[in-house]
Amino acid sequence: MPLNFEELAQASGEWLKGSGPESDIVISSRIRLARNLAEFPFIARATPADRIEIEKILHARIAASNDSKKFPGELLYVDVSELPEVDRAFLVERQLISRELSESDGARAVAIDKREQYSVMINEEDHLRIQVMHSGLDLETAWAQIDMLDDLIEEQVTYAYNEKLGYLTACPTNVGTGIRVSVMLHLPALVITRQIDKVFRSLQKINLAVRGLYGEGSQAMGDFYQISNQVTLGLSEQELVKKVSDVVPVLIDYERQAREFLVRESQETLHDRVSRAYGILRNAQTISSEETLHLLSSVRMGVNLGLIGDVAIPTVNKLFVHTQPAHLQKLAGMELDSSDRNIERASYLRRHLGGDGANTTHN
Amino acid sequence: MKCQKCDKKATFHITDLVDGEPSEVHLCEDCAQAFLAPPADDDASDVMPAMAGLLAQQLAVGETAEELARLDKQACPVCGITFREFRKQGRLGCPHDYVCFADELEPLLLNIHDEIHHVGKVPKGYGANAEQQTQLIRLRREMKEAVAREDYEEASKLRDEIRAIEATRDAPDPSGENA
Repeated sequence: MPLNFEELAQASGEWLKGSGPESDIVISSRIRLARNLAEFPFIARATPADRIEIEKILHARIAASNDSKKFPGELLYVDVSELPEVDRAFLVERQLISRELSESDGARAVAIDKREQYSVMINEEDHLRIQVMHSGLDLETAWAQIDMLDDLIEEQVTYAYNEKLGYLTACPTNVGTGIRVSVMLHLPALVITRQIDKVFRSLQKINLAVRGLYGEGSQAMGDFYQISNQVTLGLSEQELVKKVSDVVPVLIDYERQAREFLVRESQETLHDRVSRAYGILRNAQTISSEETLHLLSSVRMGVNLGLIGDVAIPTVNKLFVHTQPAHLQKLAGMELDSSDRNIERASYLRRHLGGDGANTTHN
Repeated sequence: MKCQKCDKKATFHITDLVDGEPSEVHLCEDCAQAFLAPPADDDASDVMPAMAGLLAQQLAVGETAEELARLDKQACPVCGITFREFRKQGRLGCPHDYVCFADELEPLLLNIHDEIHHVGKVPKGYGANAEQQTQLIRLRREMKEAVAREDYEEASKLRDEIRAIEATRDAPDPSGENA
């Protein structure tokens, strides 16, 4: 079934729902598995013909599973190599494909479930990258789901696997379980109180990786940080899920303490910061992606602290993604250069935050 | 009130935590931005070295020129990648590399994972045939080479071997071809 980008653009993906446990701080939980077919070289040594063959085989197997109604939900299959750049960028912004899949060459594809809970990338760094995404802190459910998807695909192919090292991957950093368990957290108060570095250092000591989430270009996006396991060999999938799960409540607690501290010690400054951010977003006539993310982060914290009452978290979450360049263009139904995007972004924000000229519509 | 760092008017009044103790800082807008931005030596957007970078560091450790020359010569019989090529790009060429470069990879795996034994999931249909399937990579490559040098006898022998292995695969349900 073909992917309807316009429909997808209007919808709000699973990870933007703003629901699920601890969703004031935990945006989403994501698990991915890296897998390879035993009978083909890894992507680095695969010929264009190999890639075509891998894509064909995996497409057929996934489609067969989907047809037999074993895969949950309705599956959309997208030939990424055929997509225009703006559509690829849209899927990256949506977190349905990786930047690497978007920017590489040759036969490559993705199968996406309509609710955007999972996607299966073909010919990324490994032949298969299965990912499951849930709103809020919900790693256990994500693991159960991805474990089942993995079994369904594995029923029909032979994975590269050996007893000693487990699942064999193109990069030795993924060998063993091939699992990357990650949670995306919104940590604005730890950034403001400059505690964030300390937190990072302690996470590194227990072998967890921290990454900023990138928006346009390479700026870290709106105080969003992704925490994930560094090690994939020598621990079971469940142990790795637990390792990441166990640290999240601690981080949530730190962030909440930092927010309480800000409320207690500099209520006016905090309230001013949040209100100014909200004011700019509701009134600006032209605004960059970078400034938008920065201000939305303050607004999101303000809503969670009850300092802003007339906007809901799912709306704010959605704006983080919908104001990204490819989304803006998809929603506007036209290609826009950078300065037109800034004007459209400001207009979009005013319309969705009920600001000045909220009734202005885009022609 | 003047900014504590320059003479401009302080418009930002920031509560900073110093060793857990709150202290007020009064700054102008420019100094406040610099103050609130993460320090340059700590790139908060990507604190951990990227996996590939981490790998490159590990790969660069302590090999003598002699050892490098030896690694250059060592190639995987299945996909043909040399260990040197892997070192350069940080990506392996095929599943068999884990077997043929086992000795070279072991210290690297220990460095990354502190471990060299998988304890997680096992594919349900796992038999000993994954390694046999991987031999298809070698056989197909050798067949292509045989055809290129017009050694059709060798090519057809290889083609039979390939077909024999392919026949042992579970024949998947092809009904999804047209989805």
